[in-house]
Amino acid sequence: MTTLTTRSLRVGRMSWQIRLRSVTVALTGLVLLALLMVLSMRIGDIDMSLAEVVAGTFDVNSPAHFVIMELRLPRALTGALVGAALALSGAIIQSIARNPLASPEILGVTTGASVAVVAGVVASGSVNSGVSGLLATLGIPALALLGGLLGAAVVYGLAWRRGLDGYRLVLVGIGVAAVFTNVKFWLLTIGDVNDTGRAMVWISGSLNGRGWEHVTPTALALAVLVPVTLLGTRSLDALRFGDDTVTALGVRMNLARALMILAAVLLAAVATASAGPIAFVALAAPQIALRLARSGQPPLLCSAVIGAVLTTGADLIARTAFSPIELPVGIVTAVLGAPYLIHLIWRSRK
Amino acid sequence: MRLQASGVKLGYGDRLIVDGLDLGIEAGTVTTIIGPNGCGKSTLLRALGRLLKPQGGEVLLDGKRIDKTPTREVAKVLGMLPQAPTAPEGLTVADLVARGRHPHQTWYRQWSSDDEGAVAAALDMTGLADLAERPLDELSGGQRQRAWISMALAQGTDLLLLDEPTTFLDLAHQVEVLELVRHLHQEAGRTVVMVLHDLNLAARYADRLVAMRAGKVISSGTPHEVLTEGLLREVFELDAKVIADPVAGTPLVIPIAPLSARG
Repeated sequence: MTTLTTRSLRVGRMSWQIRLRSVTVALTGLVLLALLMVLSMRIGDIDMSLAEVVAGTFDVNSPAHFVIMELRLPRALTGALVGAALALSGAIIQSIARNPLASPEILGVTTGASVAVVAGVVASGSVNSGVSGLLATLGIPALALLGGLLGAAVVYGLAWRRGLDGYRLVLVGIGVAAVFTNVKFWLLTIGDVNDTGRAMVWISGSLNGRGWEHVTPTALALAVLVPVTLLGTRSLDALRFGDDTVTALGVRMNLARALMILAAVLLAAVATASAGPIAFVALAAPQIALRLARSGQPPLLCSAVIGAVLTTGADLIARTAFSPIELPVGIVTAVLGAPYLIHLIWRSRK
Repeated sequence: MRLQASGVKLGYGDRLIVDGLDLGIEAGTVTTIIGPNGCGKSTLLRALGRLLKPQGGEVLLDGKRIDKTPTREVAKVLGMLPQAPTAPEGLTVADLVARGRHPHQTWYRQWSSDDEGAVAAALDMTGLADLAERPLDELSGGQRQRAWISMALAQGTDLLLLDEPTTFLDLAHQVEVLELVRHLHQEAGRTVVMVLHDLNLAARYADRLVAMRAGKVISSGTPHEVLTEGLLREVFELDAKVIADPVAGTPLVIPIAPLSARG
């Protein structure tokens, strides 16, 4: 049924449905993201004019070249990519759990990554031992990825019972997250103060010092996973119905669910490996996108764009609001996200 | 035979509800399964619609094992309305009905003119065209049930399984839904299998009745053959009188008392 807000696009035997409102939201978001990126290039320890930013980007001999190309651009890009990945992951999980309060945390990804990283930092000994240097550049992302995937495997394994039920997944996920969080705190209390200090910055989610080595893997992962999730959009749409209806419509329910959850886990794990567990983006971005696009479920592309905007914006605030002190971006997203979460709960009461 | 269950064992986990049951559904008939609560009639319907995998025996759809056929191919010939289906909040009637086109769509073929035509036709047939843009939760029970049936119709299958399509509806709406079923059967020769609780309506709207008790088929045949005073005692433990329905001529059950009341 063609409604006022939906247009169908037909080319030969091919056809698509396009929701104008979602397109508008996504495009507006992209414009906003571009503006925030430009702002992120301009503002910092040294403020730059637009001309200086342009020169710094394209002219290798410009004095601003290092600051733009090695510091600000990779950091802003990491933020945008990580935000998009987290939001996409959250949108998938919220759709599958049929619950607006679900997020990658309940899949054990972020908490699993946190435990692995804290364990790695504490076990590798004091800052001065030399191991920590290697650990910081190469070890932490790898540890986070491994921990995230292991955490998800634990949740998935415990939640599986002749198929996967959304509620069971959420309940198991919350339980496992509580266990992981307490293991993390236990590790923090037994670790050396200097090490645990560094670990604390990581586990609050930070974009500080992120370079191209963080941009590239995140971008590659998104390049593979975004098309995969978009192909799964229609299954995801059907998965919102009761289990019997899903099967009656010819969807291979357990396979579709498992594949989409795998995509969500990988997205969250890659994002967490790059920037730590940035709070609330995966929870809030899909819900904001859903309300802006006025769609029934979190629209995937819109959520990704909104996630990128949120994270880039939050990092700009984190970097500049209390200059010269930099906050971890995860603190800002949490401070912005917590009231939003309360607002959501408040609304659902009515 | 459109659908054939042979020696099916059905249950949830270790609890076996149906232990070795045979049933054939002929093309172009309306078959209604009746029986007391917990007799396994919904379980049987779910197995016929491949929502429940038999623990033994097999279900054949058009001669082929339904569990070996890709679920999407099954969805192109068999539409199923589950018991008390749930839809996401805020979904409109048109959105719901459009979902019925799912088995016919692919990522590059999401909304063809076939899809549009099938949805419009399904809405017309159930008289919901005017309500297409209304959210499902704003409709009356009868309208909502018709919307779900529209979804199954938009699926474009000539075989429909309906699990208690009249539950929670008042009598007028029950008749409305069953008239629609009769219309679907008579207009397009669809094969329909339903589970119903109301014996009198079942008798009036079905070509064939299947009476079940404790996971077994006790009797099957035309309503006149099945709905007898003896069967009501055996299957429902009900002492009743069966007379001819003064309107349709089909059997009409006048309950007297449950057998247990007689000690």
